[in-house]
Amino acid sequence: MSLQVTDLRVYYRTRAGDVRALDGATFSIADKEIMGLAGESGCGKTTLGNSLIRLDGRMKYIAGSVNLDGAELPIWDKNEMVPFRFHEVSVIPQYAMSAMNPTRKIGKMISELVESRGIRFRDVKGELAARIELVGLTQDVLTRYPIELSGGMKQRMVMVISTLLDPSLLIADEITSALDVSTQRAVAETLVSFRDRGFVKSMIVITHDVSILYQIADTILIMYAGKLAEKAATSTIIEEPLHPYTKMLVSSLPEVGVRYKDKKLSGIPGSPPSLLNPPEGCRFRARCPLAFAKCVEEPPFVEVATNHSVACWKVAGADA
Amino acid sequence: MLSLERVSKVYKVGTFGGKDLVAVRDVSFDVKAGECVSLIGESGSGKTTVGKMVLKLISISRGSITYDGADVAAVSGSGVKDYYRHVQGVFQDPFSSYNPIFKADRVFRLIRSEYFADVAASEWNDKVNAALRSVTLDPEQILGKYPHQLSGGQLQRLLVARALLLDLKILVADEIISMLDASTRIDVLNLLAELKSRGVGILFVTHDLSLGNYISERTVILRRGAIVEMGATDKVFGRPTHPYTRMLLSSVPQLHKKWVDIEAELGAPVAAGASCLFHDKYPMAGRTGIYAPDEPILAEIEDDHFVGCFELDGEKAARQVA
Repeated sequence: MSLQVTDLRVYYRTRAGDVRALDGATFSIADKEIMGLAGESGCGKTTLGNSLIRLDGRMKYIAGSVNLDGAELPIWDKNEMVPFRFHEVSVIPQYAMSAMNPTRKIGKMISELVESRGIRFRDVKGELAARIELVGLTQDVLTRYPIELSGGMKQRMVMVISTLLDPSLLIADEITSALDVSTQRAVAETLVSFRDRGFVKSMIVITHDVSILYQIADTILIMYAGKLAEKAATSTIIEEPLHPYTKMLVSSLPEVGVRYKDKKLSGIPGSPPSLLNPPEGCRFRARCPLAFAKCVEEPPFVEVATNHSVACWKVAGADA
Repeated sequence: MLSLERVSKVYKVGTFGGKDLVAVRDVSFDVKAGECVSLIGESGSGKTTVGKMVLKLISISRGSITYDGADVAAVSGSGVKDYYRHVQGVFQDPFSSYNPIFKADRVFRLIRSEYFADVAASEWNDKVNAALRSVTLDPEQILGKYPHQLSGGQLQRLLVARALLLDLKILVADEIISMLDASTRIDVLNLLAELKSRGVGILFVTHDLSLGNYISERTVILRRGAIVEMGATDKVFGRPTHPYTRMLLSSVPQLHKKWVDIEAELGAPVAAGASCLFHDKYPMAGRTGIYAPDEPILAEIEDDHFVGCFELDGEKAARQVA
């Protein structure tokens, strides 16, 4: 078991009160697992990703624990997290385009970065060169400024930097969203090759695009309004989902080959609830076609089959 | 209804505008009433530029755009207002389309003062309510709200409703669902499909092949400002011919097929130096910068399916044909 998250709660402090962006997340990621994390905007997926590496000033740790390779991550303390970041947990941020220092040449920037972590640059230089090769860039990127690289090249460069110290857990946040389809595929396949080569042990890939996850992820975790809705193997989520939200989400996606005139898809009516004062019970209740009396109680996130967990009263075995 | 004939757009770039940047090169296609044409391309392919030229937001460098037989570039003065009565656009970011200081329904008031100043208030309200209902919005929930109080999908539908108040014939939809959530984007897409059945022609600009495939009758694939393949959607997607189209299709993430399977299905990529269908058809056509007016740009390989030169390095172009 590589990562074990237990009942993690992270709220945002606002003047109007706490926004419950992540309200009780319990899941685990095995070694060599690429877990996709999907959901609508505002469902808390980025909050979950960020809370595993760095809580910013507005985020308030409420409860829960995170265990990585047997060690407790002190995510509530910015300073105590320092030895873990980059070494054990690393992130490829949402806007990798602007993640690099524009005033430094890329090589110089990397050297300053690793030296600030107490590692000599010449010790990692060979590995860095090999990995630049691997992602299909040339060595001269190190002597260039970030502005000289295209979006896809910058994205791949940031991927190399983030994984340079072979972290145990890598969080990739919406890294393919701003890219063209052809670059998107190259970047996604690079992620898989990083896992296959053992540069990272396990990975959380955060995206709103379920079809990308179908291509690269081993398991998919669906979130809705700050809660976990369903987690299962990728093929199970896509082919036979159990949670009504997952079902509606997957069936609302147009794909190549589906035409309006042959098969009219439909969306999910309504919009997610406000997380400032979220409704009691199941948060999907108001939009759910199956909702019944029991949904005013909060459904537990339970394992209904091997490696398949769902939070829904309508799913057989959920109330057992 | 709307017809583009060898339309090009050249931007002046560099110090003192010394260099030319050809953003759109010899693009020709038609949008008929009740038809959706999707304009697909990656970033920098000039797809938005085409949409802007249709909307008269930027000038046309070469070629002509005609609407109902009249040259769009020649429209001026009060004619512009009349043109916008029929041709409207909706853009990518719903939040920046509104002025955040005013209520969202101000877009309707602006239409009224501009086009329907003599319509009675009660009649106008009925008109607005009908337009809102036709885009599946509840007038009571929407009217009187500020943009930040509405969701992206609602704002986009509101803009479509605004266009419907006019005598809408052509809608330029530029990436209108890219910023929406998966659960709501399909509703906006279905709304466009409904507009088609009312006889509105739609120019659907997108980078997402699956969306284009879902909604459009005809597809135009752009690469670096030039059309590489175009035709009926089922032909372009069913029998992709140009290497670039095939590359795009094999890169689209699909839900029930893995990338390797798609590649196997599409077959081997066209090898470099393989015979180019365009030059097979027009052996004398050479590509040297600007096309001569009588020179063909696309070869018709079957009924309603056109393909451009396979030479992917568009600019250099001089593919010598013996």
